[in-house]
Parts: sequence; C-alpha cells; structure tokens
Amino acid sequence: MERSYAVEIVYRGIFQKNLAKNIARGIVLAARREGKVGIAFGRYGDSPERNGIPAKQFAIVAPNEEILQESMAQYEPKEVDVTIVLDDTLCKGVESWAWYGLQPINKLLKPGGTLIVTSLLEPDELIKFIHRKPYEYNLAIVKGAASFSGLWVYKDDHTDVRVLGAVARVAPEMVSLGSIQQMILREWKNELKATSAEKSYSRITMRKVLPHEGNPEEPYSFVLPRWYEMREGIAIPAIPVGGKYNEEGGFAATPNPYFKKFSTRTMRPVVDFDKCVKCTLCWLQCPDTCYNVTPDGYYDVNLDTCCGCGVCEAVCPVDGCITMIHETNFTDHKSQWKMWKQDKQAYAKWVDELRRSRPPRSHGFQYRGQYEKELASIAEER
Amino acid sequence: MDVPETVVLEQEQEEEALISGSEAIAVACKLADVDVITAYPIRPYDTVMQYVAKLVANGELDCEYIVAESEHSQFEIVKHAAAVGARVFCGSSGVGWMYAFEALTVTPALRLPVVAMVGNRALDDPGAFGVEHNDALAVRDLGWMLVWVDTAQEALDTALIAWRVAEDRRVFLPCAIGCDGAFLTHSQSLVRIPPKSKVQKFLPRYDRGDLLLHPDNPITIAPQVNEDWLMEIRKQTDEAMRRAKGVIEEAYRDFENTFGRVYGNPFFEEYQTEDAEVVLVGMGTLSMPVKVAVRQMRQKGKKVGFVRIRWFRPMATQELQACLSRFKAVGVIDRDFSLGSPYMSGVLANDIRSVLYSASARPAVVGFICGLGGREVTVPDVRQMVEILEKAASGEPVEPTYWIGLRE
Ligand code: SF4
Ligand code: SF4
Repeated sequence: MERSYAVEIVYRGIFQKNLAKNIARGIVLAARREGKVGIAFGRYGDSPERNGIPAKQFAIVAPNEEILQESMAQYEPKEVDVTIVLDDTLCKGVESWAWYGLQPINKLLKPGGTLIVTSLLEPDELIKFIHRKPYEYNLAIVKGAASFSGLWVYKDDHTDVRVLGAVARVAPEMVSLGSIQQMILREWKNELKATSAEKSYSRITMRKVLPHEGNPEEPYSFVLPRWYEMREGIAIPAIPVGGKYNEEGGFAATPNPYFKKFSTRTMRPVVDFDKCVKCTLCWLQCPDTCYNVTPDGYYDVNLDTCCGCGVCEAVCPVDGCITMIHETNFTDHKSQWKMWKQDKQAYAKWVDELRRSRPPRSHGFQYRGQYEKELASIAEER
Repeated sequence: MDVPETVVLEQEQEEEALISGSEAIAVACKLADVDVITAYPIRPYDTVMQYVAKLVANGELDCEYIVAESEHSQFEIVKHAAAVGARVFCGSSGVGWMYAFEALTVTPALRLPVVAMVGNRALDDPGAFGVEHNDALAVRDLGWMLVWVDTAQEALDTALIAWRVAEDRRVFLPCAIGCDGAFLTHSQSLVRIPPKSKVQKFLPRYDRGDLLLHPDNPITIAPQVNEDWLMEIRKQTDEAMRRAKGVIEEAYRDFENTFGRVYGNPFFEEYQTEDAEVVLVGMGTLSMPVKVAVRQMRQKGKKVGFVRIRWFRPMATQELQACLSRFKAVGVIDRDFSLGSPYMSGVLANDIRSVLYSASARPAVVGFICGLGGREVTVPDVRQMVEILEKAASGEPVEPTYWIGLRE
C-alpha cells in the first residue's frame, strides 16, 4: 500500500454511535496488524449528538506516519475510498445538526470508491434514493436492518464485524480479511464474530453504479454568509409567523429555511384521513410543529420538517389513523392531504397497502418477543 | 426634607460640588438617567452603590436598582437589561469582578453596551483593599473597552462619554472605567457638575434598533454555533472595537462643544513632553506624584515628561507610537503584574513595547512595577525611575524591568 485510505462511516446520532466507533477502531486496529498506522475519529461538529441526526466517524489508514500526517493535514477528509452507511434511510442524503444543507450520501466518495450500506433492500431499489455522481462507483450491500448494536440496551447482532468483513472485501489493499479476523480475536475474543466477518466477506452483494443512475435532484444547499453580511450581536431573526394553508384558509407554519431536519427521519407518519376525528392532538403534540391545518380542519404533515419521532402516532386516539411507515417506502415529500383530496379511493388503497405490507420499522419492536425471533432467524441463516 | 449636601439637585447651571470619584460616577448615573443599576458590595466599588442607593432613596434617580446575590448575577442582569433596550450601569472590584467573569466574557460578542465602574483593587490572596489594575485588565482581550481616569471630574465626564460610545450603534460594546481604589474612589475633590439639559443633548437615547430583544422584534440571541460561524462573529466584534476609536474621538469633540471642558487627545494626556528626552507612561491616579516629580526635576534641568494613558482598549496605536518614538527612553509604570510575560514586565509595558516595535526610531523601553496593593507611588520612586531612564537614554545597560518601592 503506497498511499493513505480514508473511510467514512455515516450513522444515526446516539443510536449508532458505538457501532460506528467500533467499526472505525476495528479498521485501524486491523490495519495495524499489517504494520500500518491510522487514526479513528468522530466528526467533532456532530457532538454533542442528537437522537437520530446523521453523524460521521472516520478512519484513516496509511503505510507510515508521514503519509498519515499528510492526509490528516485536512482534519475532515474531503474525499474517501469507502463510505459506510449504517442505516439505508441515510441514502436519501444527510443534513448535520449544524447548517450545511443536504449532503448526498456519496458526496465524499472518490471515483471507483465503494458505498457499503446495511440494508434489506436490493441494490436497484436503493439506487433510486442516492444522488447521482458524475462518475462510476460501487455499491455493496450488507444484508440487515439498521442496527442499534452497541447501544447499551441492545444486544450484539454482529453488524460491526459484518461491515468490517465487507470493508476487507472492497478495500483489500487497506486491510485484509485475515487481519480483520486477527483483530476480532484479539479485541473481542469471540470466534463466532470472526466467522461472521468471513461470511459477510463472501456474501455481500456488489454492483457498479453508473453516472446516469440515481436520484437526479440537486440537493438543497445553504451558502454561509460573510462576516459583514451577518446581523451583529449574534442576533438571529425569528422564523416569521405562518399564514393560510391555501387560498381557502387553514393555517401553515413557516418552516425553517436553513434546517429542514427530514434526514433525521427513518419512518414517516401516514395519516388515514377517513379515520381522523379532528381531535387536534397530533397538531398539538408534534414537537416540530409539522402538522398544518387544512381549510377543512384536517392535519397535514409537512414532510420537509418531520423528523419521524412517532409522537403523533402515539397520541392519535383513533386506531390505525396515524401509522409510522419505514422511509424507504417513499421517494417524495408530497402532501398526503392533497393526495387524499384528489382521489380518496386510491389514497385509501395506498394507505392500506403500506399498512398491510407492514414494512419493518426502523427501530423499536412492534411486539414482545420480536427481538428473540429475529435473532433466531439470524442464527439460522448462519 | 434633610438633603445631604453632596446630593445634586436639578439645576440649570453648572454647579461645583466636593465629591469623591465614586460619588462622581453615581452623579453621572443620575445625569444619564440610567434605567437599570445592579449592585453587590465589595470595597472600594461599594461606595458607588451606596451613593446610587441614596439618590434613589431621595427620589432623585428613577431606576430599577437591584442588589443581586452575587457579582455574576449583577453583571448578567445588566447584560439582559441592555438587550431589552435599557441604559445600564454596574460595577465591582478585585475578586468580585473576577467572580463575574463568565458574564463579562459573554457581553462583548452580544454587543451589549454595559457600562461598568471597576474600583481597582488587588486580587486576593492575600486579601487587600488597595489598588492594582490586574482586575480590570483581565478582560483586556475580550472586547471590553477599558479606560482609566485620574480625577473625580474625569470620572464623571468619562462615564457620560462611556455611555455615548458604548451605546453608539457602530460600537455596541461594553466599557469599564478603571478608578483607582482609595486614591480616587475615597477622596473628595471639587467637581463641576453639568446641568442635565446639557447631558441630554450630549447623550442621545439608547436605541438598539433591530437588535432589540422585544416581542415586536422576534429574534434569538446567543445561540450555540459551530466552527462555521464563530470566526465571523469574532471578526464582527473586532470590527466594532476598531470603529470604537473613531467614535471615541467624535464623542470627545462633542463633549468639548457641549460642556466646554477640553480634554484634547482623548486617548492619552501628555504632560511636559514637548522637549522631553525621557518620559514615564502610566495610568490612573499615579499621575499626581509623577507630575509633581516631573516639575521638581525640570527645575533641576532634567528633560523629563509624562504620558498618562486614558484609553487602554482600544489602544491608540499610531498616535502613541508617533508620540513615544520622539523620546530616547520610555519608562512604563505598571500598577499591575504579568508574571512570566516577556521581560517579566507588567501588562502596559509589554503593550507599549509592542506599539513601538514598528517605529523607525525605537526608544529604550523600561518596565517599572510599582504601587501594588495600594502602596503609594512616591516622588522619590519617580526620581529613581527617571535616573534609570537617563542611563538607558545614554546607552548604558539597564534591566528590562524593575520593581520600584520594594523593600530590598
Ligand atoms: S413523526 Fe409526527 S410528531 Fe414526530 S415530527 Fe413527524 S409529524 Fe411531528
Ligand atoms: S390525532 Fe389522529 S384523529 Fe386526532 S386530529 Fe390527528 S390524525 Fe386526526
């Protein structure tokens, strides 16, 4: 290995912090078995983390100290060889809790680099969410739902070593599978985990992504003002008071133009307006003021600002009226109320399908014993 | 009603009163019609709060007078009051000022024109009441304007100027007025008190404009930011400090026109420097013994002068350089210390060295640490300093820093 390698790990703040850290450390420690040097670090600007907000860790590996220093002269890498995505909903793009606009998930990826995603979807299904790149890169999938492994209340599901196995596969010059396994035995003293890494190494699904493939949208960006363009006294103007929902009335809050927050979301509320009794609870309780009041007194979610917390689902008194549905089922932020108004039958059918197919939730469990059942199926697969 | 003789009533004409430096500051509060004043006792500043309390009790000053539970709250309260558009005043001394330090650091970046009096006092330990300048100087890098006064008259006048400059939209920075403990705070001298009508002319209403924290102007101030923002915010504060210099000059010109009292160069006072070969530089009340010594030495034919710095922040770099580079040797008297600093000098001496570095003609600079903890700076002390300066002027080797008046 002549040059340095940079790996970026994009994860859900707090929930996946330890998982991301284990992977970043694992890469550096495994490369060390080969006499290389490296640094693992979290993006300082993401700290203190907020629940679910996209955050990053990095691992840099180099053949010697001097080359490592050269690549660390720019603390946060400008380009990476591998981007690891620990939750496939992040493929829609990430917005840090600082103000950067929306970053495509593959923003830092070099030509020919690899995006490793943990997902239950097939590559073709994922690509439609990922912003286009002007050059070719690879997409590799480690099969699995977004893992909370490493968070103190969740048990180990081997996601860390499975991702490390995939890293050895896509960047063998940086670190070999053998070194990853040696590192696992040394650090975790767990042979089953070493076996998981090997299985993952051979099982990942890979495919090339061509320049014309992916989401063609321009991600919204935010130009930072010059010092003399900013209001003095660290005074920030308030978001203006909202106005009518449309010409016929209602009320819509003004969204923050600089911070949309939706990339924090892994599930979104789907409202079945036919069941709604207009109790106002969703509107009252939403912590981000996402519900707008329609002229006919319903409540319509602004999907640009919804962070997917699930509070509205929890407070809605009507069974099945608001359902949180996994974000990978959607490609747009269209108003649900408008869809319903346009064609109530089609809307009812759409909601019914989403609810019946019961796509897996991004976190939490829908019933007691679900975790044990899922774990059993993982073991079986082995 | 039994009105104390020192209390100033509404008058149309300028009047003379025998008052202390602290009382002069309290009178300035009344003349400026300050809205919110916070207090917490510590010597020697506490004399100001007593005089303010008296003015309030006598019905002469209508303000919110809040005795806080600590200096930290004292400075936080005026900070917030300034954000909602109130003209404010507070003050402290020594470790009291240091106890408020967190509040002091957050005030400049928020651009809140808090005017404070620092009754300069040695920092504990050992507990001591006498003057040292280290208390006020601790904020010298943070965006506080710092000015030292010499007499009760200057204390009154400078307080009025301080509000005028601090509350100027181009500046909006806090300003601390350094008043030497005991020598100024506790000695009464004759002061000419201007009529309120003139003060109103000189000091316009504090207008916070679009930065006013008010329900009609919904803004957030003091958010959390990251590295994408902080440097720009610091630069804004830096620019305000740069602009302050011109605003100070403007205020002094206007002051002279309104009140007829002439200060000349606002930033420093020159005393018998025209033909001087060596000069002493210092701040605050030490000017009295220094001026007496200068006069005595001049009678003996020594070409010695004195430069008293008023505005320490912003420092008038070009003007000071032009002034001081005329001399052969400059002795800087520090009523403070900066342990471990270059040449083991005081704060002022190192700043003056820095001012002179880019001058084409660089005089010798000698630091004198003197008068700490309220010890007097005596005429023999000053003579000793001048002797050292004369050696330095003639090229003889001298130390970079001397402790003067120390038992050795
Ligand atoms: S999930 Fe519901 S309560 Fe939570 S932010 Fe979105 S709309 Fe609001
Ligand atoms: S909480 Fe449910 S029933 Fe109540 S207004 Fe909202 S959607 Fe309708």
